[in-house]
Amino acid sequence: MVNSDDATDSSPWVHSELQARTLRVTAGGDWTVKHASTLDVPLRAIDPGNASDVEIHGKEISRLDSTGGWLLVRTKKAFEDAGVRVPVFEVPELYAPLLAAIETEHVTQPVEITATHSLESFLEGIGRAVFRFLAQGYGILGYIGRVTLEWLEAVYHPRGNLRVTALVHQIEQVGINALPIVGLLMFLMGIVLAYQGADQLKRFDLEILTINALGVGVLREIGVLFTAIIIAGRSGSAFTAEIGTMKVNEEIDAMQTLGLNVVDVLILPRVIGLVIALPFLTFYADIMAMIGGAVMCYFDLGITIPEYVRQLHQAVTVNTLLVGLIKAPVFAYVIAMVGCYEGMNVERNAASVGKLTTRSVVESVFLVIVLDAGFSVLFSILGI
Amino acid sequence: MSSAEKDIVIRLRGLVNSIGGNVLHDHIDLDVYRGEVIGIVGGSGSGKSVLMRSIIGLMRPSEGQVELFGHDVLKANEADLRLLQMRFGVLFQEGALFSSHTVAENIQVPLREYTTMSQELMNEIAAMKLSMVGLPEDTAQKYPSELSGGMKKRAGLARALALDPELVFLDEPTSGLDPISANLFDVLVRDLQKSLNLTVFMVTHDIDSLKATTDRIAVLVNKKLTVGTIDSLRNNPDPWIQEYFSGARGRAALAS
Repeated sequence: MVNSDDATDSSPWVHSELQARTLRVTAGGDWTVKHASTLDVPLRAIDPGNASDVEIHGKEISRLDSTGGWLLVRTKKAFEDAGVRVPVFEVPELYAPLLAAIETEHVTQPVEITATHSLESFLEGIGRAVFRFLAQGYGILGYIGRVTLEWLEAVYHPRGNLRVTALVHQIEQVGINALPIVGLLMFLMGIVLAYQGADQLKRFDLEILTINALGVGVLREIGVLFTAIIIAGRSGSAFTAEIGTMKVNEEIDAMQTLGLNVVDVLILPRVIGLVIALPFLTFYADIMAMIGGAVMCYFDLGITIPEYVRQLHQAVTVNTLLVGLIKAPVFAYVIAMVGCYEGMNVERNAASVGKLTTRSVVESVFLVIVLDAGFSVLFSILGI
Repeated sequence: MSSAEKDIVIRLRGLVNSIGGNVLHDHIDLDVYRGEVIGIVGGSGSGKSVLMRSIIGLMRPSEGQVELFGHDVLKANEADLRLLQMRFGVLFQEGALFSSHTVAENIQVPLREYTTMSQELMNEIAAMKLSMVGLPEDTAQKYPSELSGGMKKRAGLARALALDPELVFLDEPTSGLDPISANLFDVLVRDLQKSLNLTVFMVTHDIDSLKATTDRIAVLVNKKLTVGTIDSLRNNPDPWIQEYFSGARGRAALAS
């Protein structure tokens, strides 16, 4: 066992006694940070009463550190503030410089953490939130405008702006590396949907229509929506964290001073990469869900694979697939734009990276679902 | 005064550190006495910070013995290590303040962990430590991201001093500070060392800072430590040490 000091510990004590009009406070033992909490309350409780003088005798203090010193100085100041003189303030010779340092340096008042719950602060909070909201809207507009301009430039002069290596790398990151997780989840999704469909439709002896429900549901909605949400969690968050960490490291500032265009180097490859990758991922996800459905239909309903394919062929057309796939680039654009935007918003501290990464995922999932609802309304008006 | 009479706070014996097969320290011996300020200098990449990390237990040395306050750090169990850690404070290069806490909360982290003080007393202690390191009182409620580099270092020092340690490790305390702030920091270290009777282990590049604060200097060169005062080291024949103390910067700093 390692003792906190090799010298033996002695617990601190403090006594006070009133002699005539003089209060004698005697203290001894170890006045250190370890024991400070046991001294705090008794020291505050000392009441000078009707004494006019207080003598503080600390010669018996065996060890004193700055916390113990503060307790002594605080007690002395409290007496002085109460209008009592402190003519005697003794500590061992060894510790006199420490006390002198604390007394002369400590002129500030203790920190008060004030909590304000007034109407004024409530209104102030609302005002601040409104201004923050407006500032954010302004920021987003500026950002969308800037990226769109760079985007158009990249389309017109692809040689100058488009970083092909970075683009290919992004496609690999967000597309090819996502294949296992997207594939597995959509396969399971196919099983779940087929099981639920079969369970309900069995009651009407229409279990063969499970395949219709599955085909239309997955190809039009579930496939693209689910893939987009997985990618928002997987790649949108990665965009924010990557760009945010670069921001913390001042890499973004370094790029700007080196004359690199941040939008070209960091944002466009991510946005274009995801816009290219997500439709392919969605197509792959659709296939995996169909396979999952086929497995479930075979085991649960006894529908063989050729039967399944025939029924599917009747149920869906190429249009059904395209209606789903056409949403993919839009979702991809939104996810990548939000991810990069929040990354650029990161402040120069570690906590901010985490906060904005969370925000980026929540915002992109929210926007994807809102857009999906918008597409449904649009398609129903167009009668597709 | 013979060294045997003095209280040894840090004792290194046959310390070997190698990183990735690259030997940084080859059987280093060092004694640091109570109440002294020792400066560690050496070229970039010579392993000054690694030496510090292996003493404070953040890194296990490949070989050798590290004793703090007479206790073997490498053989100590978790609980004993905690008790040892309460007795020293560390100031990391950039301050290493917890970014989600205010400065006052940062200082109170060790107090909250190791003592049972009331919040009121902890607030008082935080204010006292801040004034000790020369920071204005409104710093207490600020977050580290709102502080300048020099203020972060001072706040980091206040946190290192929270538990009134006997020994303080400073990792390049003046790097990145302007010369005026660096001078003030040197004075601060010296003042605190005197008033709190601290032992200070300071890793630094700054030759002005060495001159202003240290009692002895340990030079890490060729994987070995050469210990001495500024005057004795100036007469050391080693070419690196000669270059360090007698190069243009060294001469200018020592002449002043």
